[in-house]
Formats: sequence, structure tokens, C-alpha cells
Amino acid sequence: MPEGRVIGIPRRRVDGRAKVTGQTRFADDLAFPRMAYCRLLRSPHPHARIVRIDTTRAAEHPGVLLVLTGDDFPIPYGILPVSQDEHALCRDKVRFVGDPVAAVVARDELAAIEAVDLIEVEYERLRTIADPIESLEHPEPRIHEYGDEGNIHKKVSLAFGDVEQALGEADQVFEDTFFYQGNTHLPIEQHAAVGLKDPDGKLVLYSSTQTPHYVHRALAKALEMPAAHIRVVATPNGGGFGGKSDPFNHEVVVAKAALLLDRPVKISLTREEVFYCHRGRHPVLMKFRTGVKKDGTITGVHLQTLLDGGAYGSYGVASTFYTGALQTVTYHIPAYHFQGCRAFTNKPPCGPKRGHGTPQSRFGQEVQLDKIADALSLDPADLRLRIVEHPDTLTANYLRVGTIGLAECINRVTVAANWKARFRKLPRGRGLGLACSSYLSGAGLPIYWNDMPHSGVQLKLDRSGGVTAFCGATEIGQGSDDVLVGCIAEILGIDPFDIRAVTGDTDLTPVDLGSYSSRVTLMMGNAAIQAAERARDILAQAVSRKLDVPAARLVFADRRVFDAEDPARGVSFQDAVCLAETAFGTLGTTGSYTPPKSAAKFKGGGVGPSPTYSYTAAIVEVDVDETTGWVTVPRVWIAHDIGRALNPTLVRGQVEGSVYMGLGEALMEEQAFRRLPARLSSALVHKFPSLLEYKSPTSLDMPEVFTELVENPDPAGPFGAKEVGQGPLLPIMPALANAVYDAVGVRIDEVPITPDKIVKALDAAREGKPARYGPASFPTVPWPEPLQVPPPWAGGDGHATNEPPRKSRRAARTADQPETVVRT
Amino acid sequence: MMRLPEFRYCAARSIEEAAAVLAESPADTMLLAGGTDVLPNMKRRQQVPRTVVGLRGIPALGAQHNGNGLVLGAGVTLTHIVRDPNIRAHYPGLWQAAAQIATPHLRNMGTIGGNLCLDTRCTYYDQNYEWRKAIDFCLKKDGAVCWVATSSPRCLAVSSTDTAPALIALRARVRLVSANSVREVDVTDLYQNDGIQYSVRRADEILTEIALPPSDGWRSTYWKLRRRGSFDFPVLSVAGAVRLDPSGGVTDARIVLGAVASRPMEAREAASTLVGRPLSDEAIAEAAEQAFAVAKPMDNTDFTLHWRKRVSRAFVTYALRELRGDDMRDERVKTARQAMG
Repeated sequence: MPEGRVIGIPRRRVDGRAKVTGQTRFADDLAFPRMAYCRLLRSPHPHARIVRIDTTRAAEHPGVLLVLTGDDFPIPYGILPVSQDEHALCRDKVRFVGDPVAAVVARDELAAIEAVDLIEVEYERLRTIADPIESLEHPEPRIHEYGDEGNIHKKVSLAFGDVEQALGEADQVFEDTFFYQGNTHLPIEQHAAVGLKDPDGKLVLYSSTQTPHYVHRALAKALEMPAAHIRVVATPNGGGFGGKSDPFNHEVVVAKAALLLDRPVKISLTREEVFYCHRGRHPVLMKFRTGVKKDGTITGVHLQTLLDGGAYGSYGVASTFYTGALQTVTYHIPAYHFQGCRAFTNKPPCGPKRGHGTPQSRFGQEVQLDKIADALSLDPADLRLRIVEHPDTLTANYLRVGTIGLAECINRVTVAANWKARFRKLPRGRGLGLACSSYLSGAGLPIYWNDMPHSGVQLKLDRSGGVTAFCGATEIGQGSDDVLVGCIAEILGIDPFDIRAVTGDTDLTPVDLGSYSSRVTLMMGNAAIQAAERARDILAQAVSRKLDVPAARLVFADRRVFDAEDPARGVSFQDAVCLAETAFGTLGTTGSYTPPKSAAKFKGGGVGPSPTYSYTAAIVEVDVDETTGWVTVPRVWIAHDIGRALNPTLVRGQVEGSVYMGLGEALMEEQAFRRLPARLSSALVHKFPSLLEYKSPTSLDMPEVFTELVENPDPAGPFGAKEVGQGPLLPIMPALANAVYDAVGVRIDEVPITPDKIVKALDAAREGKPARYGPASFPTVPWPEPLQVPPPWAGGDGHATNEPPRKSRRAARTADQPETVVRT
Repeated sequence: MMRLPEFRYCAARSIEEAAAVLAESPADTMLLAGGTDVLPNMKRRQQVPRTVVGLRGIPALGAQHNGNGLVLGAGVTLTHIVRDPNIRAHYPGLWQAAAQIATPHLRNMGTIGGNLCLDTRCTYYDQNYEWRKAIDFCLKKDGAVCWVATSSPRCLAVSSTDTAPALIALRARVRLVSANSVREVDVTDLYQNDGIQYSVRRADEILTEIALPPSDGWRSTYWKLRRRGSFDFPVLSVAGAVRLDPSGGVTDARIVLGAVASRPMEAREAASTLVGRPLSDEAIAEAAEQAFAVAKPMDNTDFTLHWRKRVSRAFVTYALRELRGDDMRDERVKTARQAMG
């Protein structure tokens, strides 16, 4: 692979200095003259009708400027066009403890806090739905008046080939049920936003959001304003992980308040409120039926998932599809039937967390493969190497896979961990577990239907020699600003620190869809390359005239433009810009990126396609105390197929951060709820909405992590790069479960894997029961008729054979209800 | 952002001044040493004192004297204790307890006196005002029901101080000073098994110093169960102290369990089982079984209560094995993420 001068070199990130010196201005750091403060009154009831709200006393409280209620927000919004089910403040009913009911804006925050408590709300309590089993059993009262039926938000059934026949052809069929508990993102920065009115009357919103473009659209809709009169600025996020990807009620509230008061209005959420914003990992109950031949090859997979969606739609329809989308991308599955169901419950809404919908079923699939290997007396690494999907393949569910570095990842980690010598050979109490995964490098389709680019980059160059890069992408700590300038610096032959990045500002920057779905490096990177190459061509033309050297012979490097055949002959980069400005006038270029068209033509096929997929393999080592069930993780080996590491420092940071987050999910994190005794109370509350009692590992709990980067450039990626923000998280949880089995011989088919569960499984084993802890069964779900989509090798063309004819997308689209990518 | 309610702040310069302010209206005045417990509680409106008396400006509270044993001013920070080689050498149980409290930042602020006065904790109580409102509050604050056990006549909040079990095992005493009285009590007598009235310290009294007897051949240890290697309050702890005769026989023993009730619980039978015999595996197992009977955790902390009770045997065993002289660093690293040696 050609050695870059910037690309591929471990570098200090361009925003690093500001961050470590505390100079980055996060949303909560913003202050403006005459700024007022907002607080939200949140529902103390999990499910209730709002009978009456009396704000009189709050409005009279000293310092209070404004009190708002649901009457002020008649228009719903939501991230997906099919789930426009949120109001900034609840209008008719509340759906979970924490649902906002009213807002107070006051001269200072303490006055707002005091006034919030003076608002009187009369509620009529409704039956509470605490989990999806209850949602299935109790269609009434409905939490929402939309959705597939009762309290079921969404049901899907996709059949790629005849799975029952495929299972019949297997030597053995494995049936396993798993449960993956919900958990939350826990970014260190709590959400904050400031709304203000520009002197010319336009609305400005500063917010810690990962998706300024979608917030922009939601504000335009909810506030009935032209989008051109709204500016959304995404401040650098102190971590997002998917938790800042929805338009949020507090953003809409401060925007509206700022317009009404004509003064800046700020809100800074408490940690407890962040737990109520949630949009985190869905709790998922799942059942895998997998048919295998004696050599481990898979004949077919039937997967059922039941998602606990919480109280609103959020990304949930997409999340549902994602629980079944990527099974086929890692291993070859000739026939595949996926059934998914998302239920509404009276809890904070679930949504996209790092890995969006895929870690849950990845856990099930990888633990089941470990069981299959064990039953067939195969080494789990050998089994996986045998069934790894082939590169340049169209899978059973019509995902187009490009390069696959998974086999190399498996080989790297097994060598590094000395797997062959140690697996199943360590003393009792110690064990190794292996698991693999893959993830999207950006969703192939946008949230709302359109054919426009997914990412745009503009470059401004002027006689100072300065280059400014404008892009709507959002720096959420992942290093996207650094990737942006790194790509441009490589092509223009200058230093990344020579370039100023202006990002995440809907007034100043071209649209990028946002920092989600691991899309930024690939999409923004490709757009940046196009813009930079266009700039380079303009400069080359001007320099070519000046030096009388063919443009094609010019090299851009070391802040110079020179003749490849006579490097002494050249001009400085600044002079090159001056020559071009003289020749062509004011300089600027653009670049944009649109992903390739998906091969999937069936309803639901919009979730899963990506320009390319990353791959990861991980081995986790554990020490399990048989008396207490206490688990210690001394070491983790992880290899990630990154395609090409643009800045290896950032890549390793993402891998290690993923290991950290994965261990938290595997061992302790739980977005758990408490229901009080029904005869005394109807409460259904988050068990511990605090940074202290929601357990997430500390630095002392981190193991040694050995990271291997597998670099095999992918033609779809910028300089060959794939994603790294999410994929490396996925194998950690199943690898840990598999390691526990290697250590003490019990299966924990449930996340988190806590010591009490291990002790229970060990007790069960001693009593001669199955050496396992996990869910016993999967409930009966009224599944719809499956869409029949013959796989490519069965003569399919990506269409369903039994799908009713749909209206064309354009005919179906209206200004208010653009068709969604998931096309429901 | 969480905000403190309004209150009057009095920065006392002397114990007498603090005691005098406290005497004005003890029921709605609170003392502030490191503030790591009081201030978050005030932000959550668990406590809304009208007056807060700051103790940090009182030099006497930061003093430390050697002599017949060790006297620590109540304002000595936990970091100071962790860094004191004398404490580490002679009172390892106290040192291990202090070193496992919270995080380095919190230990820099938190004091030994504050840790002894730490409010009892409960998952139904250590929550924001809004959260507590959603469960209609609880017995400990503003409510009528103890949600941990709805038939319980008393509050079941958990004693969560790390230093109290260690100091009880070391037979330390504390001094309580009010505007018109001074008294000394054994640390063990400082507490009672009630989540609300967990301390016998009167509202007008200031805990000013802690006196430890000479170490005098006592070996001591402290083991703490918590989810993570940092930050967390104990959900079970075992403080132990023994004196051995030259042949290794136990002449005196104390075992104290923390975080299993509203006060630290002495396992007296377990301790007396050990006396007159060496710390053999059998003796340790018997003591662990007897201590297990004393542990009665409730469902109001991290982890399940059955599991917490179950592992109390293991933690008593760890403690007694360490007192025997076993190299327990591996167990320490696994459970505490640090060697503690």
C-alpha cells in the first residue's frame, strides 16, 4: 500500500490541544448576554392521561419569564418519517417517568427549578406496560395510537429462501434463546442546548447533537418555520455513541422559548435527564435456530427477535431490522428467515447505541457458534474460518460485501493470544473465548428518502495559503475533524494543522447527514478527497503554466508544488494558491459523496446496505472464581479490518474505547427499571439514573488490550478506509461469555454476565440441571406472512415475490410525509 | 445541571464557634467537612439545611497526634490517611479501608470524620427529588413507606462507611463536642441499627477526633466488596483484627461486617470461635459460617441480596487468611483491582 505523508501516520489529532487544555467549548460552556435558563417538569407517572395543568403559581414565581406546556407544541416530530410520535412537551398523555410535561424559563436556573415544582398537573393513571411480554398480552390501553397493532410498534418477517427445508437438510439443528439487557450510552457530556434569535429574526440553536441536519429538519417542522430561517450549530460533543442522534424535546423547547422571549435560552440536562433521553440499546429477547452440517457449515438460520422499544418510536423501526440485518455478512448463510418485533413499553425510548441493533443478535449468534463448535468437537476459530463469507459477494439478504478481512483478523488474534496452546487447556477457573463481528461503514440510505449526496465538503483557498474545509459532519470525540483535514492535507501536500475545519453548522457547511452509522470517515472522507482533488487540479493548472511543467508531473508535498522529475523546480503552496487566484479568481471547490444503489429491492431492504463492511475478531481472557462467580478480565486481544488506518492513533483509540464499552455491557451495565408493589404504587422507575449507581467500568477495571489492525484497502473507502467506531465493540460481549464457558463450563446466555448469574449456573450444574443461566423460552408473537425474497443463488433479483405492488417512491412522497428508507 | 438550594453558610474558625452556631438551631443546621456527602445530598434535596457550618477552616480538626496510640482530627483527609506510612504500618485495616473509599479526587476532599458520619444509603433514597416524587418518597425522607420492605416499621438504609468497621475492629473511640458538653464514645457505640437514626451523635454535636489505641500486636485488615475497583460504596465489607500468641494461636479476635445493615455489625460469635486456636482452614471456615449468619443484606444496594449474603463467607475467609499471613494479593487484585498490600 502506498505510504502517505499524512494518511497512515500516527498523528496528534487537530482538535487534541483544545480538548486536553479544556478550551473546547461544549454546549454547556456557552453563555450569551441576557441568557435565560430553562428547566423541564417531567412526569412522575409511567402512563397517565393529562387532565389539567395549572401553571399560574409557576408563572408568578420571581424571576420566571415564560412557562410552556404541550399546548404550545401542536406539531409532532421524530427522527424517522414513519415515527413522528413525539411532542416537545406532552399534550394528551405521558408515557414514561421522565416524559416532559411543561417548561419554565427563568432568569436563573435555581428560580426555574423552584418554579417547576409549583406547576400543578392532574393526571389520570393508566395501566402500565413494563416489558414486551406485557405489551403482547395487553393490547390495551395503547401507548400510541399508531403502530402495527395494540402495543406492538413494528413486526417484520423476511424469508430469504426456504429455511425449514434448509434446517431439514442439516445434520444437526441448534436452538438457543438469549436475552440482551438494555443499556445506555453514558457520554461524559450531558446534553445541553442554547436557543437564540439572531438580530435579523432568524432562529439559532447550539446543541450537543450528532445530527444537526436532522435537528434542523425537525425544528422546521415542529416550529413551522422555513428551514432557511433556522441555523443549527452542533457543538463538539463530549461523546455521543448514538445518544445524541435524535431531535430532542429540550432542543425544540429552548428554540421556541428563545423565539418567544427574543433572548437566549439555555438548558443543561442533569445526568438523570440524560437517562430519560436514553435512545440506548434495546433489551432484546432472541431465538436462533441454526442448521449445520457435521463440518460446521451452516445450512440455514431462523432468527426471532423481540425488542423492548420503550415509549416512543425513535430509530426503532430501523433498530428492529438491524437485529436481523448483518448475520449474513460475516458467515455464509444459504437460507435465512428473520422475524423481528418491537413493542412499546412505558420506559424511556430505546434507539441507536454503538452497533445499533446488531450487538444483541451478534451476541446470540457468536455464543451459539461456540456451542456448535463444542458440540461438533471443532475449534471455534477453525469453525469460523471455514464459514467466513466470501469477498465480493451478494448475501442471501442482498447485502453487497466487498473486501473481507475477517479470516486475517481471526488468524492474528489466535496467534497473539496463543489460542491453540491455551484454549480448553487452561486450569479450571481460567478461560479464553473468541467471537467475531462485522459492521456497516455508513448506512446506504438516508433517514428520509432523497437522492441527494450524503456528505458534502467545500474548500476555500486564498492568497494567505490558508485552506478552510467546510463540512456538516459533527465532531463527537471520534476525530472526524481530524479525518477531514487529514484527507485534504494528504492530497494538497500540506500539514493537517494548516487547515481550518468548520463543521456541523447548517448555515456555514454543506449537508452531511451526521455522525451515526459509522458513516463519516467513509462518506465525508470521499467527499473531502473529491473536493481536494478538484482544488489540486486548479492549483496544478496555474503552477503548470508558471513553471512550464505538465500538470500531471506536479507533486504536492511538504507545503510545495514541484516537478516530480526535478524536485528543486517548484513553488511554495502559498505561491501556488496565489497563482491560481490570479489566474482563475476566488478559489473554492466542492466534493460530495452518494453511496452506491442497494441491490435489495424488497420492503425493509433499506436497512443493512453499506458501501463496505468492517470486520473484527476478539479473544477475551477471563478468570472466574467458582465460589463467588467473580469475573476478572486480565487481557483482550482484538484485530480489526480497518481497510486502511487514516490516523492509526484515532483508530486504536476507537478500538480500545470499544473494548471498554463492550466490557461494560458484558459485565455490568443495565438500563434497569423498578416496579413497586402494585397494591401500594403504580411506579415504574429507572433503578439508578446516576453516574454512580449505573455501573460502568473505571480505568482500574480495564484489562490489557492488544490491538491488531488489518489493513487491506477497500476500493469503496477513502484511501481504502473502513469504519472503526462501532464494529470493534461487537465481539467483546460474546467472546466474554464464551470465555466464561471455557473457564468454568457454564453458559450465561444473557447480558450482563454478573457473578450471581454465574453462581446460579454453577449451582444448576451441580444439581444436574443444564449448566446455564438465561431465558427459558421465546413468546408467541403474531408474526405477519413473511416476505419471500429468493436469494441470488436461487434466481432472485432482490425483489420479494409476494409483495403487494407499492406506489412509486416519488408518487408517495409529500412535503410532510416523505417516504422512509425502511418503506413501511 | 443540579443546583444547591439556598442556605446560609458559616465558615467556623474554631470548634467552639462551630458548636455555638450549631446550638442555635441544630435541627436545620448541618456540618460540612469535605462536602462529598452533604453537597450531593443537598442537590438531590435529601437534606435542605437552612444553615451550613463549614469546618475546613478549623485547624484543630486537621491535627494528628501520636502518643498512647494515635489521635486523628476529624478533618484529616482520607488522602492524608492513605499517604501516612505510620498508619499503613500499624493500622493496616484503617489504611485499607481509607484507600478503597470512592476515588482519589473524593479522598482529597473527604475526611475521616465525614466518613464516620456518612448518611446511610439506599437505592430508594439516594435519588433526585423528582425520582423520589415518582415513588411517592420513602420513610427516610418525606414518605411513609420503606420500599425495601414495605412492612418494615423502620428505615432499612445501609451503613456505607468504610472506616467505621475498620475502626470498630481497632476499638477506636470518638470525641463528640457540643456547645455545652464533651463526651467520648466507642465507635461501635456511635451507631444504631436504624436507617434514619443511625448515629447517636446528637444534632448539636460535632465529631472532633478519633482516638486509636496502640496497635500493640494487633493485626488488622479490611476487605470491601463493590462492583468496580474505584468509586463505589461498599455493598459488603469485612474488617478483622487478631492478636496471635507466639505459636500462632489466636488470643483475641474481632470481625465486623459493613454494609449489611443500618450500622456496622460485629460478628462476635465468629470472632470468639477463633480464640484459643490457630487460624487453620477449619477455624476460618467455622468463623466464616458464623459471620454469614450475621450478614442480613437487603435489596437496596448494587448486586442481588442473596448473592451478597452468599459471598460474605468468602470475604470473611479472605480477611482471616490475610490475617494469618497468606499472600492475598491475587485475590485483592481480582476483587479490588489493586494489591492493597
